[in-house]
Amino acid sequence: MLDTGYRVEIPGGINLDAQVVGPIPRCFAFAIDLAIRGIIFFVLLIASIPFGPTGLGGGFLLIFLFAVEWLYPVLFEVYWRGQTPGKKALGISVINDDLTPVTLGVSLVRNLLRSIDFIPLFYLVGLVTMLSNRRFQRLGDLAAGTLVISVRESNRPALQRDIVPLAPSTPLLRTEQTSIIEFLQRSQQLSEPRQRELAAILEGITHEKGDDGVEQLHRIGAWFLGVR
Amino acid sequence: MKQHDFEQQHRPTWQLIENSLENPAQEDNSKILAQHYLLLCQHLAIAKERLYDAALVERLNGLVLALYRELYRYRAETRLNFYAFFKRDFPLAIYRHRYFVLLAFLVFVLPGLTAGAWTYFDEEAVYSILDAPEVRQVERMYDPEARKLGREREADTDIFMFGFYIKNNISVAFRCFAGGIVLGIGTLLVLFFNGMFIGSVAGHLTRLDYVETFYPFVVGHGSFELTAIVFSGAAGLRLGYALVNLGQFSRLDALRLAGRDVVPMLYGIFLMLVIAAFLEAFWSSSTTLSNEVKYAVGALLWTLVLVYSCSGRRYESR
Repeated sequence: MLDTGYRVEIPGGINLDAQVVGPIPRCFAFAIDLAIRGIIFFVLLIASIPFGPTGLGGGFLLIFLFAVEWLYPVLFEVYWRGQTPGKKALGISVINDDLTPVTLGVSLVRNLLRSIDFIPLFYLVGLVTMLSNRRFQRLGDLAAGTLVISVRESNRPALQRDIVPLAPSTPLLRTEQTSIIEFLQRSQQLSEPRQRELAAILEGITHEKGDDGVEQLHRIGAWFLGVR
Repeated sequence: MKQHDFEQQHRPTWQLIENSLENPAQEDNSKILAQHYLLLCQHLAIAKERLYDAALVERLNGLVLALYRELYRYRAETRLNFYAFFKRDFPLAIYRHRYFVLLAFLVFVLPGLTAGAWTYFDEEAVYSILDAPEVRQVERMYDPEARKLGREREADTDIFMFGFYIKNNISVAFRCFAGGIVLGIGTLLVLFFNGMFIGSVAGHLTRLDYVETFYPFVVGHGSFELTAIVFSGAAGLRLGYALVNLGQFSRLDALRLAGRDVVPMLYGIFLMLVIAAFLEAFWSSSTTLSNEVKYAVGALLWTLVLVYSCSGRRYESR
């Protein structure tokens, strides 16, 4: 199984967890950026025509073309929390492998090596490299020591307020308590038949069947949570 | 303490941190963030230790991550020190990569000299290296009858050529560096073929006796441009070498260390090529300046670049 978890011990004395991101969201992010760059270039192209395509206008156009090709990702990654507009849209972000933000030099290395990841066509080298290591790093990421992680916040549905907590009839291990809490927390994401199915496994604890069993489990979960 | 009470007790703190993260640049907010960092780490540790549910742990983890990233954010105003970079960092980086610079120099210059000698003595030789349209274009650019030197026929201002040199030359140097990750082979190829190209053009034009137009044109900006190409080769070779000679590191760590090591070189190469593009567009192409002035300034620039490039040794810590 693919494990996208990534863990680093930070100076705060704790292990910090992050989720690395695979090729698909990164492709979408790149496509969005490509479109944005295309639009910028097109606008500049139009704007440069009055100034002479082989004169002043053309000169500035070439400089902008250079900037859009090589510096666009660098400037966004360094000065906009590791995110180009495409990455922001996908909720992903570039970060050093110790989970500190990327610096100018690191981002430069990462993005200059893009030209190798791109060969022979459409990031084939980058894709193969990404798929051959556990952290989905392309060559530029490997040389710069960077990762692309997910920064999208998971939205957790609010707990129902009206549950009356109930002490379980038998003492339970801490891990078992956590499972029941999780069952309560995730109850809105689980279908009712599935909830009944899961609750049936714990009939020995709830001493109830069907919907009553589910209800009992929710109440026990609330009790473990400490709801009063 | 049960999870519910824990959340009740600390929710205001988390809310405060979340609010501060929305506008972290503000002074009050940055104080709040700095003060609450360890507390928040502790909350996460407690939540994990007491096996509070995954959603809470995830939320706290996300909050610590955001706060951590904010605390260690890149602050341009404290990191970019141009004076220290010019005075020390760039020359030191060149000095520390001197063997790579030497190798890149040889791989660039030897094919250049060989191709130059060959095309100088053999009329047909240039067509073995360049194709016919390229030869015609080069001849046209340095034709002593030309109004402006070293210019494409369709370009009508110096600004255009400035943009053209920025776009092309810096891209070549960047690719030359990037090719290093393929065990240095890409870099060697770029150096070799660019050396051959430049050498054969020089040999061919010398044979045609375009000496009075070609050399005064290239001598000025060549100081920055050719040196920068050699440096980009050195940076690329450093990457490639890291993949072969690992020292005490794993292959990935060796590569990563090399990647961080060459960063000052990359900044320097970029700046040198911007200067070169500027000189090439606005100085070298001028037809009003006499060749003596161009040679004199060229000699001055070469001396400047070479002395500067060799000035890094004293900063090496022993």
